[in-house]
Amino acid sequence: MSIITYESSNSAVLPDSLGRFGEFGGRFVPETIIPALDELAAEYEKAKLDPKFQPELDLHLKDFVGRATPLYFAERLSKKYNSKIYLKREDLCHTGAHKINNTLGQIMLALRMGKPRIIAETGAGQHGVATATVCSRFGLKCEVYMGEEDIVRQSLNVARMRLLGAKVNPVSSGTKTLKDATNEAMRDWVTNVRDTHYIIGSVVGPHPYPMLVRDFQSVIGKETRIQSIEKEGRLPDYIIACVGGGSNAMGIFYPFIEDKDVQLIGVEAAGEGLESGRHCAPLTAGRPGVLHGSASYLLQDMDGQVAPSHSISAGLDYPGVGPEHSYLKDALRAKYVAVSDSEALEGLELLAHQEGIICALETAHAIAQLEKMKNDLKPDTFTVINLSGRGDKDMDTVVRSLELG
Amino acid sequence: MSRLSPAFAQLKVRNECALICYITAGDPTADLTVEIIKAIVDGGADAIEIGIPFSDPMADGPSIQASTQRSLDKGMTTVKTLAAISEARKRCPNIPIVPMTYYNPVLCYGLEKFARDAAAAGVDGAIVTDLTPEEANPWAETAKKNGIDTVFLLAPTSTSERIEIISKLSSGFIYCVSRTGVTGAKQDIPAELKNVVMTIKSHTDTPICVGFGISTPDHVRQISQFADGAVVGSALVDFIHNNRDSPDLLSKVKNVVASLKEATRLN
Repeated sequence: MSIITYESSNSAVLPDSLGRFGEFGGRFVPETIIPALDELAAEYEKAKLDPKFQPELDLHLKDFVGRATPLYFAERLSKKYNSKIYLKREDLCHTGAHKINNTLGQIMLALRMGKPRIIAETGAGQHGVATATVCSRFGLKCEVYMGEEDIVRQSLNVARMRLLGAKVNPVSSGTKTLKDATNEAMRDWVTNVRDTHYIIGSVVGPHPYPMLVRDFQSVIGKETRIQSIEKEGRLPDYIIACVGGGSNAMGIFYPFIEDKDVQLIGVEAAGEGLESGRHCAPLTAGRPGVLHGSASYLLQDMDGQVAPSHSISAGLDYPGVGPEHSYLKDALRAKYVAVSDSEALEGLELLAHQEGIICALETAHAIAQLEKMKNDLKPDTFTVINLSGRGDKDMDTVVRSLELG
Repeated sequence: MSRLSPAFAQLKVRNECALICYITAGDPTADLTVEIIKAIVDGGADAIEIGIPFSDPMADGPSIQASTQRSLDKGMTTVKTLAAISEARKRCPNIPIVPMTYYNPVLCYGLEKFARDAAAAGVDGAIVTDLTPEEANPWAETAKKNGIDTVFLLAPTSTSERIEIISKLSSGFIYCVSRTGVTGAKQDIPAELKNVVMTIKSHTDTPICVGFGISTPDHVRQISQFADGAVVGSALVDFIHNNRDSPDLLSKVKNVVASLKEATRLN
């Protein structure tokens, strides 16, 4: 893999017309769904030109989701690290995570395309809940694919989806987690492509999804930019976000990409440790490959079979990652690190004890990164962590792991 | 030069539609794969599609997913699949053999190396399910240099613009997907299928073979009325799996293939 210097290409205009971010991205899917991808890309371009689209989306984001979310000064956490640490409170979004920023945008496109049926994949269930929520709000039929293992570890979210009127389809193939839920959602889409829109929940999949989801999530970074200037009079030194597929990270990174002094740090899940092989850190420990419609870093064996991933956090438990993250890694614009299950649990406890916030296990990986980079945190260092979701859904796992019961 | 075009030319002379049989390499075992190919050829099939297993077969339904998983669980690899093809080639010198897989195993093997090794094993063409024209150039060119056809897929949803592009790029034959959906045996042939095939025919002289959901001699007979070939996959994969312990497995496979082949003879 050649190293692309960031200057050689302007990321603001990526992807190109084929959906490529340098060598990554593109479209690797069965021919059957290509016309639907073209239709989606064309509808998105039309929507961007429609003077009513963005204001309507903004109104829903304000009144239904509760945006703008605060950029919260974490006073006690800052004191502990003798630095300035802010949290972008996506956990305060309606449904409890950033996922709804994207599902709202995509359902508005589905409505414009006249597709009456929505499908989605979900890992932790946050994207499933966010999809079920907007389907209820706009009156569309909703089916969510979820791995059987995730159904067990995120049972609260399964109940929420059902209460919202969605059908949850358990997936028993392969690893029974997000990867296989995505396969099943793809199979559904190939079959029902004429009347169904597939709301992919992260910056993954075939073009235009990585671009679409990034754009809908970049409201996080746009707000953070304005709020950073309001509160500190300048842009942050560090922005830290967890990366599974990478939508919350892409959403907060993207509006800062041209600001070279802002260091972007993506935190993958090291699971039981990178050396154990039981992790989901494709950017840190994988190789480029193709999965679920795009070229990106991937966990795979020597024969090109996708390797099973592991993380305590269902939302990060995925062997692939969004292609734009692969691009940012190779362009050296963002840095990717990995945090283990036990370090993430410590991060979760730290935030609960210091700030009165119980975050999601996914988000806890980003919090745990503070401890790892504490030597870089000077009194005037300004750090923003994307607090991507709240932790209610993870209480069973946390109680078991921390023996709180 | 690949064996595909001459094979279709001969079939045309005989007024027959091609019967293409799909099996997954390594299911039930790598050794039996070679024997099964021989039995399929003895049954009268006109080409073999051999699945190189991939962990995430997103265009495949339950039968081929399960078959692929069994194969991987037994340690099947791309290298072993090419070895099985090479072995089968010694015993069946004339049958066109077309691996069907997904892009990642090929990419991981290395495009050049895969094309070279596949050609040496006696492969005639390749179907890479998730490789569409926009992304196919590196593979298609490498394959061509090595005398391997690249078979692209068309679907009932394909626009005439895409039919035009794919008709030009696809060599050996065009794989027409019978319905929106994944692989797997179905009860009926979709009503729209004939029109889909006729539309593609208006763009090209390249043979058009129909697959996905074709499981019975009756299906094959219907397809033979308007297409150049019928692909039977999931039904055969299930048949082999259900008879895997039978001492008569190979003769049973031969018989089932013969009954499917009979349905392709138009006069």
